[in-house]
Amino acid sequence: MATATMVEEQVVYQRPEALNDIPTHYCPGCTHGIAHRLIAEVLDELGVRERTIGVSPVGCAAFAYQYFNTDGAEAAHGRAPAMATGIKRVLPNRVVFTYQGDGDLAAIGTAEIIHAAMRGEKITTIFINNAIYGMTGGQMAPTTLAHQRTTSSPTGRDVALTGFPIRMSELLAQLPGAVYVVRRSLHNVKEIMKAKQAIRVAFEAQINGLGFAMVELLSTCPTGWKLTPPEAMEWLEQEMLPYYPLGDYKVADDVAPLLKKRR
Amino acid sequence: MAVELMKGNVALAEAAIRAGVEAYFGYPITPQTELLEHMAKRMPELGRAFVQAESEVAAINMVYGAACAGARTMTSSSSPGISLMQEGFSYIAGSEVPAVIVDVMRGGPGLGNIQPSQADYFQVTRSAGHGDYHPIVLAPASVQEAIDLMGLAFDLADQYRHLVFVVADGLIGQMMEPAEMPPMQPLRQERPDWALTGAEGREVNTIASLELHAEGLEAVNLRLQAKLETIRAAEQRSTEILTEDANLIVVGYGTAGRIAQTAVLQARQQGLKVGLLRPISLWPFPEERLSELSDRVQAFLVVEMNAGQMVDDVRLASGGQVPVRFYGRMGGMVPVPEEILHEIVTVYEKLITSGV
Repeated sequence: MATATMVEEQVVYQRPEALNDIPTHYCPGCTHGIAHRLIAEVLDELGVRERTIGVSPVGCAAFAYQYFNTDGAEAAHGRAPAMATGIKRVLPNRVVFTYQGDGDLAAIGTAEIIHAAMRGEKITTIFINNAIYGMTGGQMAPTTLAHQRTTSSPTGRDVALTGFPIRMSELLAQLPGAVYVVRRSLHNVKEIMKAKQAIRVAFEAQINGLGFAMVELLSTCPTGWKLTPPEAMEWLEQEMLPYYPLGDYKVADDVAPLLKKRR
Repeated sequence: MAVELMKGNVALAEAAIRAGVEAYFGYPITPQTELLEHMAKRMPELGRAFVQAESEVAAINMVYGAACAGARTMTSSSSPGISLMQEGFSYIAGSEVPAVIVDVMRGGPGLGNIQPSQADYFQVTRSAGHGDYHPIVLAPASVQEAIDLMGLAFDLADQYRHLVFVVADGLIGQMMEPAEMPPMQPLRQERPDWALTGAEGREVNTIASLELHAEGLEAVNLRLQAKLETIRAAEQRSTEILTEDANLIVVGYGTAGRIAQTAVLQARQQGLKVGLLRPISLWPFPEERLSELSDRVQAFLVVEMNAGQMVDDVRLASGGQVPVRFYGRMGGMVPVPEEILHEIVTVYEKLITSGV
């Protein structure tokens, strides 16, 4: 008679506490879900879920405040950095982050993000760059690539008429108040791991009171791009990376030690 | 506290500080800038938040954020800046968080000028942002009343979790008058239980004006309308003089009401039975009092520094029982008592049939 041996099960992977166990409205293959999970893992690991306030954008992530298991607000389109400023100035010991898409942050909210960074607001911004307006059905964004077809650039973005796509990380990195500004991507596992490290540093910069921090995440929009999820990952790598190089655009001296800490 | 000579804008700012404002966000615009400047000096020295925003749009959204965090918070501006803030007003009303706005009105439309005006009456009472709501609107006629109404504004904002405006004009903002400040209130120590403070040891709080389902959003609107109905019943404010035996009642608020008071006194010296009703709350409009008065007067004369925006409210409240005439100046022109007196005499001779 064989002896049954009880092996104690060990949890190696589970939903972060900072992420609610509810279905999201995101399309299949969209990387918003990955970005949400990375933020939630970081909030858990830093032990700050119970003193965090998230500010959601208008756009695909309008309901992010329902997905994060933190206190949260829903801002007007583009105004999340202003709203976060109001919250952080009266609650300086809390952790305040904005989660914004490219239409929100790089078009209608350009003034708010630049001035929040200029003031060195001690907030963390997660910037989802998917080169399109997803929520409204795939219109041209300020980040839409040259010649990229969208419903409002049906023959491809004509830069002579609509200008060139805006590189927000490079732009914000110029401001002394911005202490950590990096661009990462969510198109493969390696880059996702690097994105998580950056998100962690961006929150630690805030917690240490160093200034404004932003992580730009290159993301997919299979629905808006009219591609399958695997094709969208490839398109991001082939088309977006050359124009939006990954890298650290600003690491202030005070922030540098945070990068060296081994986890 | 002693009576001091104070400029209206400074008095509004200091009164807000005394009322426990924890965070101020603003953008310079004439004729309210002294309010922002006073805040720039006082708020940091009291350890409170002051931010000069990049625009009025940003300023009101900062107010929205601070309000969500449960702080007593405010902004101030003048007419063109108030136009820019409309987006934020609507989100604040939709989210039902308390906030106080000061509008030191100037001449419009467009860039207009920087002279005193009351041309924002429609904007603040009717259309302070998209969606179905009215903010509470209070209109002082002196520096002292401006001080008193600032304290009331914060209390009403907290009580109803609603948007409260204090509307002055460039004249009240800029003039100096003797006035007395209330004592300093201590800052509120506890945050309201609905506020976003981090979900330590409790379920999370969320604040949003977003509701995609029509049934759900109608329910939100029904709740909002019920609240507004409560406010309409409870918060009508006005003051009056010489209305007891009046045949003609002049209706004016703020600076126009104050100037009209002088004209009413002059008319009395001429033997005309004229009184003054000065609305203090523009929304809710003091319709109950005006309705009572319309039962026993023969005519109303509305005096404003605009094209006659309050006339609609006076006509509605008087139910068409008596004629409602209007006299106003626009574009930053301030009427003098003599021209209002002339109008009183003209209306009186034309419409009042007895009791001269």
